[in-house]
Amino acid sequence: MRLTFTVNGRQREADDVWEGESLLYVLRERLGLPGSKNACEQGECGSCTVYLDGVPACACLVAAGQVSGREVGTVEGLANGDKLDAVQEAFVDAGAVQCGFCTPGLLVAADDLINRNSEPSDAEIRESLAGNLCRCTGYEKIMDAVRLAADRRSSSDNTRPDKADA
Amino acid sequence: MDFLRPASWRDALEAKANHPDATPIAGGTDIMVEINFDHRRPATLLDMTGIDELANWSEHAGRLRIGAGLPYTRLINELGDRLPGLAIAARTVGSPQIRNRGTLGGNLASASPAGDGHPPLLASGAEVEVESVRGVRMLAMEEFFTGVKRHALAPDELISAVHIAPATGAQQFSKIGTRNAMVIAVCTFALSLHPEQQRVGTGLGSAAPTPRRAPEAEDFLSAELADSGQWTSPRPLADSVVRHFGELVARAASPIDDVRSTAEYRTHALSVMARRTLGWVWDEHRRQHSSNHPSNDHTGRSECA
Repeated sequence: MRLTFTVNGRQREADDVWEGESLLYVLRERLGLPGSKNACEQGECGSCTVYLDGVPACACLVAAGQVSGREVGTVEGLANGDKLDAVQEAFVDAGAVQCGFCTPGLLVAADDLINRNSEPSDAEIRESLAGNLCRCTGYEKIMDAVRLAADRRSSSDNTRPDKADA
Repeated sequence: MDFLRPASWRDALEAKANHPDATPIAGGTDIMVEINFDHRRPATLLDMTGIDELANWSEHAGRLRIGAGLPYTRLINELGDRLPGLAIAARTVGSPQIRNRGTLGGNLASASPAGDGHPPLLASGAEVEVESVRGVRMLAMEEFFTGVKRHALAPDELISAVHIAPATGAQQFSKIGTRNAMVIAVCTFALSLHPEQQRVGTGLGSAAPTPRRAPEAEDFLSAELADSGQWTSPRPLADSVVRHFGELVARAASPIDDVRSTAEYRTHALSVMARRTLGWVWDEHRRQHSSNHPSNDHTGRSECA
């Protein structure tokens, strides 16, 4: 089947898509977007987390045909050209990237959390990242990174003069 | 493989009538795992996510009608206040990503004995609405499950909705697993109080070939509460009542040994979960009662508290 859908704001087409293949396979193998990682293929690890119509989902559990006409956002869409997004910067600065395999999925999950909740508690961060496994077990640094990203984003969004100390 | 993508419920029913072997797919959280691992290769996938009306809910004559395609995240956010037991269970499903896609309709269609949504539906007397081009049928939850991963649907039927009354009393759900997220239940238990009927409802998961109620436990506790006037003037429950309720719940189970646990552990755990959830709902029932009947104060606040 021919598949037409929007990826990171751009309309994309893929031909000869097998009906049973996953969105993850389409992104990585047909559209050359290898940011979303392929690990468990059963929704357990979160490495393939993408936005589907603005809602985080495991790309490995979405059938290719289900995204026809829909909007997908991948980790490649977070940065603005060479300028990293606040969440990406925070992961680098906090040392939250070890082997890096879980990082793309965590970035999307963390981005979604901060968009919904600008001041998440630790419990809310843990709950929101419960579907993303880090095999290096670097969770403390990941927690630091999400707190840092939330702080930076809310201070850059905040126009109140008493908070604008930058 | 064929991929059918109806844009309306009517089209979906026609498609299922013409392709009775088609496998419906919504969130894909079960089906795609089977396809990815080559455990199953459906001849036809019938995508339910293009049907907007299937992901809605509505309220008619005091009952909620939850579309089979409503994802758990929306169920929790939009109906959690009216269906607390089901919402607690929904929060234990997979992870945020899974709850964003997974649906009650998919949970029912998979008909796993371990499905997290099933026990609260049993405890609340829910009904499943199924439809084909031949017409609509309403199935009580007890009639829906016919065996391990088997249900009462005819080959041309699709699950359209779940009908369930909003909670009238306290509801609880308990699940045992090795961690909080991404866990298939070792066993689960749901308990609902129905003060207006002076009844309690139960639901057991991962405890038998199908999810099931514990009717003897329900009858015992309902009678015990009614005979002692506890519905209208609730007092702390006697230990002997709580313990016997737990024993009757455990006796209703017929679990097996499998990779997740042993039958012996499951039986023991169910009696503990039954006692704990009863403690929780009874505390809440007593709180609700004291705040509903403190005096004639219209604000509902107790004047002497």
